[in-house]
Amino acid sequence: MQKRQWIHGWLLVLPAMVFLLLFTHVPALTTIWNSFFSTPRGRRPSRFVGLDNYDRLFDDPVFWKVLGNNLWFALGTIPVSIALAIVMALFVNRAFTGRSLVRMAYFTPTVLPLIAVANIWLFFYTPGFGLIDQLLGAMGFGQTNLLGSPDTALAAIMAVTIWKEAGFFMIFYLAALQSIPPQLTEAARIEGADGWTIFRRVTFPLLMPTTLFVSINAVINSFRLVDHIFILTNGGPDNASSLLLFYIYETSFRYWDTAYGATLTVVMLALLCLLAIGQFFFFDRKVHYK
Amino acid sequence: MSLTQTSTGRAIRLEGISKTWGDTRALHDVSIDIPAGSFTALLGPSGCGKSTLLRIVSGLEQASGGRVLIGGQDVSQMPADKRELSMVFQSYALFPHLSVAENITFGLRTRKVPRDERAKRLDRVADLLGLGDYLSRKPAELSGGQQQRVALGRAVIAERPVCLMDEPLSNLDAKLRQTMRTELRALQRELGFTMIYVTHDQVEAITMADQVVLMNGGKVEQAASPRALYERPATPFAARFIGTPPMNVIPATALGEAGAKLQAQAGRRLLAGLRPEALHPCADSALRLSVTGAEYLGADALVQGRLGVAQVVLRAPGHALPAPGETIPLALAPRDLHLFDAETGGRIPPSDPASLLVQAGIPAGPTGAAAPFIQHEDH
Ligand SMILES: Nc1ncnc2c1ncn2[C@@H]1O[C@H](COP(=O)(O)OP(=O)(O)OP(=O)(O)O)[C@@H](O)[C@H]1O
Ligand SMILES: [Mg+2]
Repeated sequence: MQKRQWIHGWLLVLPAMVFLLLFTHVPALTTIWNSFFSTPRGRRPSRFVGLDNYDRLFDDPVFWKVLGNNLWFALGTIPVSIALAIVMALFVNRAFTGRSLVRMAYFTPTVLPLIAVANIWLFFYTPGFGLIDQLLGAMGFGQTNLLGSPDTALAAIMAVTIWKEAGFFMIFYLAALQSIPPQLTEAARIEGADGWTIFRRVTFPLLMPTTLFVSINAVINSFRLVDHIFILTNGGPDNASSLLLFYIYETSFRYWDTAYGATLTVVMLALLCLLAIGQFFFFDRKVHYK
Repeated sequence: MSLTQTSTGRAIRLEGISKTWGDTRALHDVSIDIPAGSFTALLGPSGCGKSTLLRIVSGLEQASGGRVLIGGQDVSQMPADKRELSMVFQSYALFPHLSVAENITFGLRTRKVPRDERAKRLDRVADLLGLGDYLSRKPAELSGGQQQRVALGRAVIAERPVCLMDEPLSNLDAKLRQTMRTELRALQRELGFTMIYVTHDQVEAITMADQVVLMNGGKVEQAASPRALYERPATPFAARFIGTPPMNVIPATALGEAGAKLQAQAGRRLLAGLRPEALHPCADSALRLSVTGAEYLGADALVQGRLGVAQVVLRAPGHALPAPGETIPLALAPRDLHLFDAETGGRIPPSDPASLLVQAGIPAGPTGAAAPFIQHEDH
């Protein structure tokens, strides 16, 4: 009887497990495996090269460049989009006419496909004719090329990402805000707390689980979202706006250097794992779960 | 021990408070006087506007009309945090992410009370409420009664002159509620603040309060001492709301000849109110109850029956239960007869019911017993 239940249990888990193994774990392991081999070229089959690929990675200036870009990208987009999300959620959590319209407006960038978003922003950024240049021109400033100059390309991409992510995170914060009993803020008000004190000492601490969840998602997204780079800059100029995943794509599928692509992927996976684990430990002390 | 030498309660005065939300009218011209340092209970059925009134006093809600005066000062436009009051919510509203100590001292911190002063006061309050062992726990790790004490602690530590409580005991079990009633009342006496206490439980209101404000449908039915509320209810509603089982309110004509005479004298249709404990079986009387049933309660019994066409209940000794179908003569002391105008609901002082009742053949018997929960003192 015991044993039959045991088998039954495994049978139930089996379909999900097969798919998970087949499409997640096996490819991940294959990637790690591939990173120890050379890329097959023409008639030359791949052969075991040990840590050669990793050696090459350490000496690759482009790798360090895109890694640095990714770091700036994460640092620049995550705090801003989270802060923006909280502000927007606090704003639409109050009662006012047209509230659902505003909520929807905030959420629209999330619903749009990233490619469409990128096209919209391409229109904003277009030198000479774009919205930004038209506005600047009206104020008497000269022409800009935000996407085309190495100094501003990454920042321009970051603006698009923040615009897209903040609305998405707002939904989580809005849900969390609505689960906070209004008596808590009322009690705080009676105890003499002003709006900022209530936010700092009551609302924000109670939003911590959401902040943890959102920030892990944001970190993963900062490594994952590259669609708009294809449209807006293609990683240029001179890799100024290229991110790690975009570099992996270029290496593997444009130059077909699959072994090196695998190596880069392994590094990125390791990085993501470390970040997620670190975040859990860091936040665990500060998060109050109900 | 005394927690406060400096702070004493402040008088509260409500003048013609009304509150409407669109078409719903939650409060209608409510005027109450609450003496400084007194314990006032707001009592009434669910939805009568008790919480709304309390929130208007606290400043969490704006009245649509009328004025709130605290300590003689008009605070109608003053925000909640400037009114110098504390509040205990029905759900306690403890901050789940803060420890017991942080919860209690929350208000002291927002008001920038220095650290050592905070610690000193926390010690005293924790002592007073028996919370010393729990100060570092989170609210979720406390029992309902302990959480309740934390909420109380947060309310009293600031030593505000006014404390508002909205059904603070309703989440506790019967036994704990009993203990907390006594403790709360003692705490209020000791600290001397003015208390407004919302409840829908008449026992709570009557045992704790100096003044009970009975509300119904957004209006004040009667504001009086518990004793006056029981002995001289101002309206049939007040008569029925206070006392278990409730007062029998029946058309005066059900009293037979006596009722007819009373009506003739008053010149209008009347309702007669008879407490179940005011009706006593006797040897002979013109007032005769035909028994339809009885409920044995041990020490006494509730006997149901009919006076004329009106259903009434009376409290009789448990050892002599009448059988259904029997007819028992009843004595009624004149001072136990309450009369109300059948149209307006106002209380009518009977002109000379004593002679009237005796003439009509209703003996006085012993005067009505008080409800079991009220101590009877002579006056
Ligand atoms: N925010 C609101 N909007 C509209 N109507 C409201 C609102 N708050 C309360 N009411 C109405 O006002 C009336 C009084 O409500 P209130 O909460 O004061 O009742 P209560 O006496 O405290 O009842 P309970 O004993 O059930 O707590 C009710 O009819 C309620 O429906
Ligand atoms: Mg209420």
